[in-house]
Amino acid sequence: MFEESVIPVDVWVSQFVDMLVDNHRDIFQAMKWPIEYLLNGLDMGLNSLHPFIVIAVFALAAWKFSGIRLAVFSVASMVLVGLLGLWEDSMTTLAMVLASVIICTLMGVPLGILAGRSDRFEAGMRPVLDAMQTTPAFVYLVPIVMLFSVGNVAGVLATIIFALPPIVRLTSLGIRQVHPELVEAAQAFGATNWQVLRKVQIPQALPTILAGLNQTIMMALSMVVIAALIGAGGLGSPVVRGLNTLDIGGAVVGGLGIVLMAILLDRLTQSMARK
Amino acid sequence: MDKIRIENLYKIFGPKPGNAMKMLAQGLDKKAVQEKTDMTVGVDNASFSIQAGEIFVIMGLSGSGKSTLVRMLNRLIEPTAGKVFVDDQEVTAMNPKELVAFRRRNMSMVFQSFALMPHLNVLENAAFGLELANADKAKQTERAMEALEQVGLAGWENSYPPQLSGGMQQRVGLARGLAVDPDILLMDEAFSALDPLIRTEMQDELLNLQEEHQRTIVFISHDLDEALRIGDRIAIMEGGRIIQVGTPEEILQNPANDYVRAFFRGVDPSNVLSAGDIVRDSYPTIIRTKTGSLRAAHEILSGSERDYGYILNAKRQFQGIVSSDTLNDALDAEAKSLDMAFLPNTRAVDASMSMQDILPIVASNPWPVPVVDESGRYKGVVSKNRFLRTLHRTEKARNGHAQK
Repeated sequence: MFEESVIPVDVWVSQFVDMLVDNHRDIFQAMKWPIEYLLNGLDMGLNSLHPFIVIAVFALAAWKFSGIRLAVFSVASMVLVGLLGLWEDSMTTLAMVLASVIICTLMGVPLGILAGRSDRFEAGMRPVLDAMQTTPAFVYLVPIVMLFSVGNVAGVLATIIFALPPIVRLTSLGIRQVHPELVEAAQAFGATNWQVLRKVQIPQALPTILAGLNQTIMMALSMVVIAALIGAGGLGSPVVRGLNTLDIGGAVVGGLGIVLMAILLDRLTQSMARK
Repeated sequence: MDKIRIENLYKIFGPKPGNAMKMLAQGLDKKAVQEKTDMTVGVDNASFSIQAGEIFVIMGLSGSGKSTLVRMLNRLIEPTAGKVFVDDQEVTAMNPKELVAFRRRNMSMVFQSFALMPHLNVLENAAFGLELANADKAKQTERAMEALEQVGLAGWENSYPPQLSGGMQQRVGLARGLAVDPDILLMDEAFSALDPLIRTEMQDELLNLQEEHQRTIVFISHDLDEALRIGDRIAIMEGGRIIQVGTPEEILQNPANDYVRAFFRGVDPSNVLSAGDIVRDSYPTIIRTKTGSLRAAHEILSGSERDYGYILNAKRQFQGIVSSDTLNDALDAEAKSLDMAFLPNTRAVDASMSMQDILPIVASNPWPVPVVDESGRYKGVVSKNRFLRTLHRTEKARNGHAQK
């Protein structure tokens, strides 16, 4: 029945992306540079530090926010990552995760606050977030590569698309969960909108916002392998290499590194959120 | 002086308040409007004024619109129609900026649910209003500490609200309200969430504070005992309408309708009515002059068909009681001074004493008990007859309703 009447969306999208690439590539290249700057800075910084310092910082943070058990675990897992020969890759991955999470936070928290305070904005935002979370990454990898070329920055961009929704959603939820009486009390004492936000809503929503941050970090980590498909470095590259060359051992070692990083970052941020 | 004045205030909750307003103008009530339009009438044409320095209690069952009404005073809820004036400034005409300044300066509020900030400690909570007004830190701490001391919470500054009992949390809420030193304190069922013993304690606390510093307090309550205890005047609301405004005594003695009467069922009038409420100036008074008032007193009393006369000085302050017998005796003994005819052990009672308090004095003396105001001036007497009749009448009013 539909054989004769197919809407040529595929053609339109291809033409649209081609048009963007042909005429506006410089704009996208310019958009790249703040991300590139942040990412390269983090990557070089982390890789130039002596592993001992990085391990010590993680152990101290773990000890401060959680306790001796997490501190021991973080030392053990990071030493293991080093012994597996993954230290440089893991620092690159950490830099990519940090860069995406920083950008996600800078964008996601304000968006979440707007969504939390306006039903309209929330209603408009929701399908966009749904699309970001459910669209398979492979769909947007190609246009990203066409516009931003391959490499770590393209990987971070793909990661941002996938990891942004949780922090927006949970910030909005946190703001909405603040007891209306508290907002009313602040207003009764002459709080402006901005004061209500800063002195009541954000402090009250903070645990929920941090839970969103934790989710964003975990989702950013889960994009490591996919990002490696478009030339991003880090722990994903041994996995992708292993896949391409049927090197099972190499892929497993890379996967192990990702899992260890994920557990470590998850426990650490969760204990931070509890404090 | 009118501190707060509201004129024809309405609040309709719903998408098309205009329609509901038209129906109200046609004389429909809250229930009818609800059935026809599915909109809720919060407040229906409320007008009254509140005097500076009084505790004004707004009383009604839940859903009668009292919380909505109080929130329109500081526009936490925007009125659908009508005006609110505070110190002759029209609150309902203020722009957002003026409103914020007004809320910081003139009014603070105490909430039923306490509404303390869980992330702030007791001191920071008490200083919250000052913090919003960007007062400097030293002043914030100083004022907040003072307020905490006033409510008896000195020493708890560093605790957090969830660590405190309900009564203590509401003390923090009260301190937060006092710290900004407002002219007007709005209290929305402020003590309703507390258990009865603590509630009474807090009411006393509030009355004490009021003694020290006369603020205008608008107190929302559904508890009659509370209203009678602390209210200088009471407004009774039903279905969004103000049914009656008056002193507790006025309302108790002349309830406007059955709804009001229903409230007062089970109230012992002798707790509510004071000597000043039932006093009658029905006995002869004799002003004591320097000379010759003994014979004049005898003349006045024998012309009055009363057995007792009440002697006052030139300032109308109560001096003593004479009876026709003591006057005759004194005249026979050729006494010079009226004092010789005074009955022994007469005492006047204060107009503010409750009927309960004066009962033993009324019962144990054959003469009607003289009543004086706070400056000692004579206001009249309370006789046994009058006392019993008052009890009987309020009894009848209550039973009359109960039998329906």
